[in-house]
Amino acid sequence: MRRAGDSVLNGLDVTKVRRDFPILRRKVHGKPLVYLDNAATTQKPESVLSALQRYYTAECSNVHRGLHELSVTATASYEGARHKIAEFLHAREAREIVFVRGTTEAINLVAHSYGAGHFEAGDEIVITAMEHHSNIVPWQLLAERSGARLRVAPIDDDGELVLDEYGKLLGPRTRLVSAVHVSNVLGTRNPVKRMIEMAHAKGIPVMLDGAQAVAHERVDVRDLDCDFYAFSSHKMYGPTGIGVLYGKAELLESMPPFQGGGDMIRTVTFEKTTYNDIPFRFEAGTPSIAAAIGFGAATDYLRALGFDRIAKHESDLLHYATRAIAAVPGLRSIGTARDRASVMSFVIDGIHPHDIATVLDLEGIAIRAGHHCSQPLMERFGVPATARASFAFYNTREDVDALVAGLHKVVEVLG
Amino acid sequence: MSELRDLYQEVILDHSKRPQNRRKPDSFTQKAEGYNPLCGDRVTVYLDVRAGIIEDIAFEGSGCAISTASVSMMTQALRGKPVAEVGKLFERFHALLTGDDEPSPDLGKLAAFSGVREFPVRVKCATLGWHTLKAALESSPREVTTE
Repeated sequence: MRRAGDSVLNGLDVTKVRRDFPILRRKVHGKPLVYLDNAATTQKPESVLSALQRYYTAECSNVHRGLHELSVTATASYEGARHKIAEFLHAREAREIVFVRGTTEAINLVAHSYGAGHFEAGDEIVITAMEHHSNIVPWQLLAERSGARLRVAPIDDDGELVLDEYGKLLGPRTRLVSAVHVSNVLGTRNPVKRMIEMAHAKGIPVMLDGAQAVAHERVDVRDLDCDFYAFSSHKMYGPTGIGVLYGKAELLESMPPFQGGGDMIRTVTFEKTTYNDIPFRFEAGTPSIAAAIGFGAATDYLRALGFDRIAKHESDLLHYATRAIAAVPGLRSIGTARDRASVMSFVIDGIHPHDIATVLDLEGIAIRAGHHCSQPLMERFGVPATARASFAFYNTREDVDALVAGLHKVVEVLG
Repeated sequence: MSELRDLYQEVILDHSKRPQNRRKPDSFTQKAEGYNPLCGDRVTVYLDVRAGIIEDIAFEGSGCAISTASVSMMTQALRGKPVAEVGKLFERFHALLTGDDEPSPDLGKLAAFSGVREFPVRVKCATLGWHTLKAALESSPREVTTE
C-alpha cells in the first residue's frame, strides 16, 4: 500500500508544507515569490499567525500581575511558551529561558550582566573571525569598559575555523568564549561541542550565537554543555521582536540584572530594591507577550515537522544548488566548509552583489546582498559584499532552478 | 524586463564597465572619500578647482553598476563647469531619482538614471558620488598637491 508522503522528497511533503505559509502564495513583480532570504528572516506558518491572533482577540492582557481571567490565561500562554522553548532546547528547566528581543539583546545582556563582575584589564574574550557584528560589538564595548581585550580565532580559505589556533588562544586570561554556531554568511557549522570541551578543560565558559542554527538542526544545550545560548524567534518561523537567552541556572543566578523596571523586582523602597528570581530578573517591563506565544507555536510546528526531515531536505537543496550555480559564468562561492547549513554566499566576476539582487528581485527572487553585518569577514575574503541565497524546508528544487535561470540573466544583462 | 532595461540603460552599463576619469590625478585641490556602509561601496573624488572652475575631476573606487556609472557620468558632466552650478545640478539630479517630474533638460545624459526612481533602495547608489563631490567642495581647498 502506498502511504501518503512516499512520493515526496526525503519524507517531507513540500507541496503540503508550502500551504502552511500564506505569503508563499503571493506574487512579486508579477512573478511567483521565490523566497531565498531565510537567513535574514524566515516566513511564518499559519499556526504562528493564528497564535498571535488568538492572543490579541481572546486573551489580550498583561502577564504576571493581573488577578482577572484574561491575565491568568495570558500568563499561562506566555509561561507555556517558555516551557515549550525549554523543551525545544532540551534545557533542564524553564527558568533557564530568558525572553529578550532577539539574539543581539541576548548577547548584550551577557556582556553587561555577566561582564560586570568577571572582566578586568588584561582579561580576554575569544571570538571567531566569522562573527556577526552582534557578536563583536557588545564585547568591544565590554572591553572598553573593563580594559579586557578581544582575541579572534582565525578561519581558513574554506571558511572553517582553525581549531588549533582557537585552542592556542584559550589562555589563563581568557574569561569567556563567544562563538557563532552556524555562520550567517558562509553557512559553516562550527565544531561547537569540541570548542566547548576545549574551553571547559581550562575552566572557561562558552556562549554560542545560535541565530542561524536553530532553524536547521536539533539543538541540545545539555549535550553541548554550553553556558549561554542566544537565538531569535524570527529566524525559526516565529514572530519578530522576541528571542531567547538560555543560560545555565547557576550562572544566571549569579548575575546582576540587565535593565531595571517592573517585573524584575521583588520589593522596591526608595532605599533598596531586591530583585526577582531568574528568569524574571532579566525581563524588566511588559514583555512581547504575543510574540512569545507565537514563538512557542513555532517550536510546535518544527517539532511536528521533525528536524531529521528538515535537515535531509535542506541538505538536498544545498547540494543541488551548489552544483547548479557552478554553471553560472564567473561565479565564485564564498564559504566551502565541509559541514554547512543551507546558506550559500557567492560573487560573480565584475558584477556587484547589489546589481545581482536587483535583477533577481525583478524575477520575484528574494536574496540578500551586502556585507551581512559581517564586515571583518568580508575583509577576510577580500570582497566588499556578497550575494547570499539561504534555503528553508519550504524551498524546492524549482526555486533553485529559478535562481540559476535568474543568475544567467544577471550575467546576460550586466556581464 | 522593461523595468530592468529602464534601470540598466545602455549608457549606464557602458559607464559601469568602462568608467571615465577613474584615476588618481597628479595634482588636485580638494578631495573627499565617500562610503556606503550598506553595500560596502567606496569612492574618492578628486577636484582641481581654479578661479571657481572645475578644471579637473576624477575618482577612484568601485561599487555597483549604478554607483560606478553615476560617478563616472558625473565627472564627465562637471569637467569645465563653474563650481557655482554644481548645487543646482545635484538638486535636479536628486529630483530625477526621487520625484515624479519630467527630467530637467539641463541634466543631459544624466537623465538615463530616471529608472532609479522605481528602485528607492538604489537612490543611495546613484548619489554616493555626488555626496562625495559635495564633501570635497566643502573641504578647505589646499595648495595643489602631488601627494
